[in-house]
Amino acid sequence: MPILSVKKLTKSFGGLMAVSNVNMEINKGELVGLIGPNGAGKTTVFNLLTGIYEPSSGTVTFDSNGVKKDIQGLKPHAISKIGLARTFQNIRLFKDLTVIDNVRIAMHQNVKYGLISSFLHLPSYSREEALLTEKSLELLKILKLGHKKDELAKNLPYGEQRHLEIARALATKPALLLLDEPAAGMNPAETSQLTELISWIRKEFDLTILLIEHDMSLVMKICERIYVLDYGTVIAEGTPEEIKNNKRVIEAYLGEDLNNAGD
Amino acid sequence: MKKTAKSNLAIKLVSLVSTFAIIQLLIYLDIINDYLQATLATICINIILAVSLNLITGFTGQFSLGHAGFMSIGAYTCALITLRNPTIPGFILGVLSGAVAAALVGAIVGLPTLRLRGDYLAIATLGMSEIIRIVFLNLDEITNGAAGLQDIPQFTNWMWLFIYTTGTVLIISNFIKSSHGRACISIREDEIAAEAMGISSTKYKVTAFTIGAFFAGIAGALYASTFNFIDPKIFGFSKSIDVLVIVVLGGLGSISGSIIAAVLLGIITTYLQAFANIQMILYSVLLIIIMIFRPQGLMGSKEISLSVFSKLGDSLKSKKGRV
Ligand SMILES: Nc1ncnc2c1ncn2[C@@H]1O[C@H](COP(=O)(O)OP(=O)(O)OP(=O)(O)O)[C@@H](O)[C@H]1O
Ligand SMILES: [Mg+2]
Repeated sequence: MPILSVKKLTKSFGGLMAVSNVNMEINKGELVGLIGPNGAGKTTVFNLLTGIYEPSSGTVTFDSNGVKKDIQGLKPHAISKIGLARTFQNIRLFKDLTVIDNVRIAMHQNVKYGLISSFLHLPSYSREEALLTEKSLELLKILKLGHKKDELAKNLPYGEQRHLEIARALATKPALLLLDEPAAGMNPAETSQLTELISWIRKEFDLTILLIEHDMSLVMKICERIYVLDYGTVIAEGTPEEIKNNKRVIEAYLGEDLNNAGD
Repeated sequence: MKKTAKSNLAIKLVSLVSTFAIIQLLIYLDIINDYLQATLATICINIILAVSLNLITGFTGQFSLGHAGFMSIGAYTCALITLRNPTIPGFILGVLSGAVAAALVGAIVGLPTLRLRGDYLAIATLGMSEIIRIVFLNLDEITNGAAGLQDIPQFTNWMWLFIYTTGTVLIISNFIKSSHGRACISIREDEIAAEAMGISSTKYKVTAFTIGAFFAGIAGALYASTFNFIDPKIFGFSKSIDVLVIVVLGGLGSISGSIIAAVLLGIITTYLQAFANIQMILYSVLLIIIMIFRPQGLMGSKEISLSVFSKLGDSLKSKKGRV
């Protein structure tokens, strides 16, 4: 059962076709990779799925609890509420806020107390805030950031900032999680830890995951299916084995040896 | 944890009550004379204006030059109501109606203009404020046009100023410490990320703008009821700039900064009256000097809190220990 179906998705920037005629189908519970050379249009696909860009044409259909909904053209916050969350390749944390506030902000859409309670700090405020803080801490602990909760996000080392991006996305309670190069800038040890963490959160939070990644060791190890993008079009789709041996993919990645990756 | 929270609350209450009592005593003893009472009122009104603008500009990150417009709506509404009904209930009704009217205009104007960013938003809010001023100027029959409204009943005294000022500060700082307030702050930090995390940026910009306008309306109502006289000139462009100066001087995103700056500027301008002819020059030079040496404002985005005092106490103690 597809949770996300993308049909003929196209985005042009002036004359440049950043994404053209992309078809994609992701099933509930799958962990799918989106790979491709630099500038292939991967991040643009994420921006289209999450409403940051409006598609030039094409449809994006999202299945939220059995109800199918076309989400192309919706505002990002509306898409987030439907159950799609993401991390950013170029880290966009709330830099000058604390680690825990980053997570609490992402939980805001599920907060139940209203404005009056926020003005007067009525009992519902204290109750909900306590709950919010507790849940945020739980998430931070899962991503090994519990001890850093009061640090400013900008003061975290790079790898931990990437972890916080994931914690913040999880805080929105997504059904589908989009990870844009979660291992960028990490060393091999950190990457292998992250690989395990991603598989673990998928099970723990009952998630479907679509991830962009250049690190083939990570991609080949955990992705069940892979889409390959080149110059804005999907040039291949299949299991890691199929992708490794696909001629067009090898050409697109000229010089890189996909067969050795993942060992 | 619970215990310190309780004792903090107690300390806050005690300091609030004693501030009120001390100033009330000074007024009673005529040490704060009529002239200084006007300064006191100006300071309180400016605190309300600055804290509410800080919510819009410092915390939500939306550059607004429209505060004088909201203030004038509060002032005219309250003046017109108390002129017809010069009683305490009339005054209370006047202040609240002024605030609600300003908030309504804030919400209506905010929806289309808050799509704009930075300088464009500043110009749009400035334009809105000028339109409001010109409307008041031309509604002769109601507002008496350029001649303004005279003999507005004076109800404002230290008690009312104190109630409205502490009320404003408490409500806005409570809001900022809530999930809704954090939603506003996240827009200032990174609007795209905030949206991607499910925060409707339009909703929270308009919310901040409306709350800010509400309290600017209260400030305007208090102004009318303190100084007995209003005309459209009072609420021109330069009034909005005055408020912005206080906010920037105190620190964008610091409530305590806005309060400190409002008090300091109030005192400074009072004493500069002695040099009436070069007053504006001195004032401007002072601002330039502060901005050169402390561009983030007096407080940056920090707040004074009781824990700061206890830390200060600790560091003093440890210094003493070393000597
Ligand atoms: N806002 C924009 N305006 C104009 N061009 C853009 C914009 N966003 C992306 N592009 C262009 O679209 C193309 C695809 O960019 P995109 O960021 O999606 O690539 P990518 O596959 O994520 O690359 P990388 O692996 O380097 O992150 C690039 O040529 C890029 O310059
Ligand atoms: Mg990218």
